[in-house]
Amino acid sequence: MELLYFGDKGWGDELFFATLMTIAVSITAMIIGFIFAALFTPLKLSNNKFLNSIGNAYTTVIRGVPELLVIYLFFFGGSGAIMFVASIFGYNDYIEINAFLTGSFSIGIISGAYSTEVFRGALQSIDKGQFEAAKVLGFNKYIYFVKIILPQMLRLAIPNLSNVWQITLKDTSLISVTGLVEIMRQSYIAAGSTRDPLFFYSFAAVLYLILTFLSMQLLNKLETKYSKGY
Amino acid sequence: MDIELMINSFPKLLNATLITLKLLSVSLILGLFIGLGFAILRMNNNKLINKFAYGYSYIFRGTPLLVQIFIIYFGLGQIEYLRTTILWVVLKEPYWCAIIAFSLNTGAYTSEILRSAFQTIKPGYLEAGRSLGIPSKIIFTKIQIPIAIKQSLPAYGNEIILMLKGTSLASTVTLMDLTGVAKYIISTTFKPVEVFIVAGGIYLFMTFIIHNVIKFLEKKYGFQT
Repeated sequence: MELLYFGDKGWGDELFFATLMTIAVSITAMIIGFIFAALFTPLKLSNNKFLNSIGNAYTTVIRGVPELLVIYLFFFGGSGAIMFVASIFGYNDYIEINAFLTGSFSIGIISGAYSTEVFRGALQSIDKGQFEAAKVLGFNKYIYFVKIILPQMLRLAIPNLSNVWQITLKDTSLISVTGLVEIMRQSYIAAGSTRDPLFFYSFAAVLYLILTFLSMQLLNKLETKYSKGY
Repeated sequence: MDIELMINSFPKLLNATLITLKLLSVSLILGLFIGLGFAILRMNNNKLINKFAYGYSYIFRGTPLLVQIFIIYFGLGQIEYLRTTILWVVLKEPYWCAIIAFSLNTGAYTSEILRSAFQTIKPGYLEAGRSLGIPSKIIFTKIQIPIAIKQSLPAYGNEIILMLKGTSLASTVTLMDLTGVAKYIISTTFKPVEVFIVAGGIYLFMTFIIHNVIKFLEKKYGFQT
C-alpha cells in the first residue's frame, strides 16, 4: 500500500491526477464526438446520394478500422497536416500539437461514429406524425427541432449513448501510446520505476472499473429521468 | 500521395495480416468455449456460482483490453512462483499472452451474448422436449444450443468485428501484427496517410467479409420463432 501514498513517496497523487486526465479526455472526446455526430447524422439521413455516401463512409471506415490505427494516423499525421495548412498561410516553423488535443480528437472521431449511428437510429424511430404535426402547426425551424424533435430523440438515444460513453472511456487507454499521462501511461511509468507492474496495472484496472461503475450509476439516473412518460 | 510506398508496403502489411488472422481465429475459438462455459454458469441457480460468472464478465467488460494485456504480459511475469511452473512456457511468449487476454475478453462478451440468447428461448420449446421424454442433456445440446446460436448470430458478428479491431493491441506487446507493421512503416517513413489507407483498407476488407459471412449465415439458419 506504500506505493499509493500521496506525495514523493508513493504514486497516489500521480494516479489521482492521471484519473482526472482520463475523465477530462473522455468528456472532451465525447463532446467532439457529438459535434461530429451533429455534422454526419443529417448526411446519413439525407436523400442526396452523394451526401449520404459521405456519411456512410465516415461511420463504416471508423467503425471498421482499429482504434489504435486511427490514433497513429493523428499522432504521426496531425502535426504534419496542421503544418501543411499553416505553410499555406506562410508560417513555416515546426508546430507541435498538444497530446491532449490529438488524443481527444482521435478518440472523438471514433466516438462520433458511434454517436452518429445512435442519433440516426433515434431520429428514425420517432413517429413520422410528430414531424408532420410540427410542420402543420407552423412552428419555426428552431422550436420545431429543439422543443419537439430533440426531447424525443434524447430519450431514445440516452441508453445507447451510455454505451458509447463506456466505449469512449475505455478507448482513452489507447492514447497512452502517444505519451499523454492518463491512467494507463501513469501506471506504465510507475510500473517501470518500481518494477511492480502487476500491482500498478491491476490498480489501473480497478480505477477503470470504478469509473465505469460510477458513470453507469449516473447514466442510469439520467435514463430514468428522461424515460418518464409524456 | 506516395503511391510507390503504398505499393511497396502492401505485401509487408498483407504478410502481417496473417498474424492478425491467426490471433483472431485462435482467440475466437477459445473465447467461444470460455463464453459458453460462463453462460452456463450464469444460468446456474446457485447464487455464488452465478455471482462469480457475473463478476468475471463485469470485470472484463468494464476494463480496457489494453489493461488486461498488460496485466497478463507484464504483470504475471512478476510472480516468482509462476516462473517455476509449466505455465511459464506459455506466459513468456507475447503471442500467447495476447491470445490469453483476447480469449478472456471475448469470452466475457460472448458469455453475455449467449446468456441472453439462452434466456430468450421460449419455454414452450423446452416443455415440448420434456413432454416428449427427451433427456435434459439432449434437450440442451439438440434444442437449446442450436436455437441459442441462431439467436446470437447478429450480436456475435459484431463481437467478431470488435475482436478483429482488438487484435491491433497485440502490437503493444511487441507482436508485429497488421497494426504493428503499419506503425513501424509509419514511424520509419513518416507517411501516416498512405500507410493508413493501405492498412485500413485491409482491415475494412476483413470487416466486410466477416459482415457478409454472418449475414449469409443469418439467412441460412434464420427461422421464424
